[in-house]
Amino acid sequence: MNLAYRDVRHNLFRFVLTCLGLSLLMAVVLAMMGIYNGLVADALNIVRAPNADLWVVEAGRQGPFAESSKIPGETRDAVARLHGVSDAGSITYQTVEASFSGATLRLYIIGYERGRPGGPDVVVEGRGIGQSHFEAVADRKSGLVLGDRIALGRNRFEVVGLVEDAMNSGGDPVLFVTLADAQTLQSQLAPPAARVQSARGATGESGDTVAAVIARVDANADVDSVARTVRQWKHLSAMTQAEQEDLLVRSVVDRARRQIGLFLGILLTVSAVVIALIIYTMTMEKLKQIATLKLIGAPDRTIIGLIVQQSIALGAVGWGFGLMLILLIKDYFPRRVLLEPINAAALAGIILVVCILASGLGIRAALRVDPATAIGG
Amino acid sequence: MADPQGRLIIDLKAISKHYGEGATRVDALRGVDLEVRSGEVVALLGPSGSGKTTLLNIIGCIIDPTEGRVWLDGEPVYENRWLRDDLRRLRLDKIGFIFQFHNLLPFLDAKDNVALVLQLAGKSAGEARRRAIELLDYLEVGNRKDAMPALLSGGEAQRVAIARALANSPRIILADEPTAALDSKRAGIVMDLLRKLAAEQDACIVAVTHDEKIYDRFDRLFHLRDGRLEDRGSKV
Repeated sequence: MNLAYRDVRHNLFRFVLTCLGLSLLMAVVLAMMGIYNGLVADALNIVRAPNADLWVVEAGRQGPFAESSKIPGETRDAVARLHGVSDAGSITYQTVEASFSGATLRLYIIGYERGRPGGPDVVVEGRGIGQSHFEAVADRKSGLVLGDRIALGRNRFEVVGLVEDAMNSGGDPVLFVTLADAQTLQSQLAPPAARVQSARGATGESGDTVAAVIARVDANADVDSVARTVRQWKHLSAMTQAEQEDLLVRSVVDRARRQIGLFLGILLTVSAVVIALIIYTMTMEKLKQIATLKLIGAPDRTIIGLIVQQSIALGAVGWGFGLMLILLIKDYFPRRVLLEPINAAALAGIILVVCILASGLGIRAALRVDPATAIGG
Repeated sequence: MADPQGRLIIDLKAISKHYGEGATRVDALRGVDLEVRSGEVVALLGPSGSGKTTLLNIIGCIIDPTEGRVWLDGEPVYENRWLRDDLRRLRLDKIGFIFQFHNLLPFLDAKDNVALVLQLAGKSAGEARRRAIELLDYLEVGNRKDAMPALLSGGEAQRVAIARALANSPRIILADEPTAALDSKRAGIVMDLLRKLAAEQDACIVAVTHDEKIYDRFDRLFHLRDGRLEDRGSKV
């Protein structure tokens, strides 16, 4: 006869209410895990999207994500000619705010050369950019749909394709445009400012600068060797894909990761305290029954089992409800909440340990109950 | 009336129990001798603080005496380094408890309150339930076997509690104010039932009570005052 189950069944409404309360905590813990995963995934998506082997950036800079980088556009030709490089493309990154349908859209503009690395990997709706100018492919999260026209700088761009899960580490959805359009957007001044510059006789700097050149290397070529060759040009620096990902996670995401990690720790501590208090209160309410159990000859393991099983049931149901809740609402978060099975499993493991530890307080109280207290009303 | 030649079930010799030391010392029991034979139904009487409950707890293997020797069903208790688990096992096998307020577990129905004791003693779930239903039928509450304790009347709950106390066919039944929560008619019925069970099961019953209306249902009355037995069990 499972006493824990029978007691839960007897007080089902209160148990479910307690579990619901706990599940909200679990949902917040899972949300934090998901937000962190989303942060890293978004950051890495941008780096991984071009399927590059090598990133060529400005010397002394760790660009184009951790720091800004500006190199001449013709660098791409020089890199493409290197032994072992199969393909290379120039790329630019910038964040803009644009008005659309009365709202302000914050977009992460990626300028790339059509037919070269750097463009959208998979277009889920519509098509890729087919013209040299004024076409764009947007991430679905931007809210843009096919056929929308959005003003960027002095020009209007038509959305011809949609992609998914393309955001920067700040959560801004990506908008792909051609490299030429992106360069114009970067260098083009507003008309009054341009007139002032012209009146001063400024010629304006060349618009042919890019943030980085990305290269793909032949299967039988050594990426490190190509990178060393690039570094011999004093004005350039080169990073392999792995180095770029590592740099991004360490420098761009690291603080957010530590922040979320600390918050997770606090949440788990709060959960442990809450579970311990619930179990302790549940045990204290049952002291007379526990004394009766002891008096009629129930061994300690029966009483410990009653408390631990209820504690684990509380944690398990709270975890299950929490998981369901977060899976139902995760798409309504402004930032991507990416939950991996390993996160849910890790939280289950942590909650199991927390429940067992938290029930210690209740077990201690139960084992100290004098069976004599059952006698005497 | 019980057979005066019945087997000696409870045998206490020179039992003393004190709590605290020095100025705070309280002598709950002083040199108590008590013998109860099978089939006997005896009462412990006395004012509050006289040591009735302490004596009941010592017989029930809940607390150990400071001095003196205890034999239960021929077995010396608290000797040879008895462990807490040995005492628990002794309680489970040989002692049944009946409480003032029945103390049924509120999350188990009537039959499972009884079956629990049998399962703790090692019976299978099916066997324990069958025996529990037999006991409830015997105590004429079989029709309430699926009822939760909160839905039982005082008399019904006390009968279920008696069934629980009898489940493992104990040699000793200890009752703490078994009729305090019942009206006089039901109190008489319960006491008659206990007397019948003691005779049939060759067990003895020791009850703490203040209920004068049921004194005539006991074979002997033991009066306790200031931790001492005032007599060796006056016949009713």
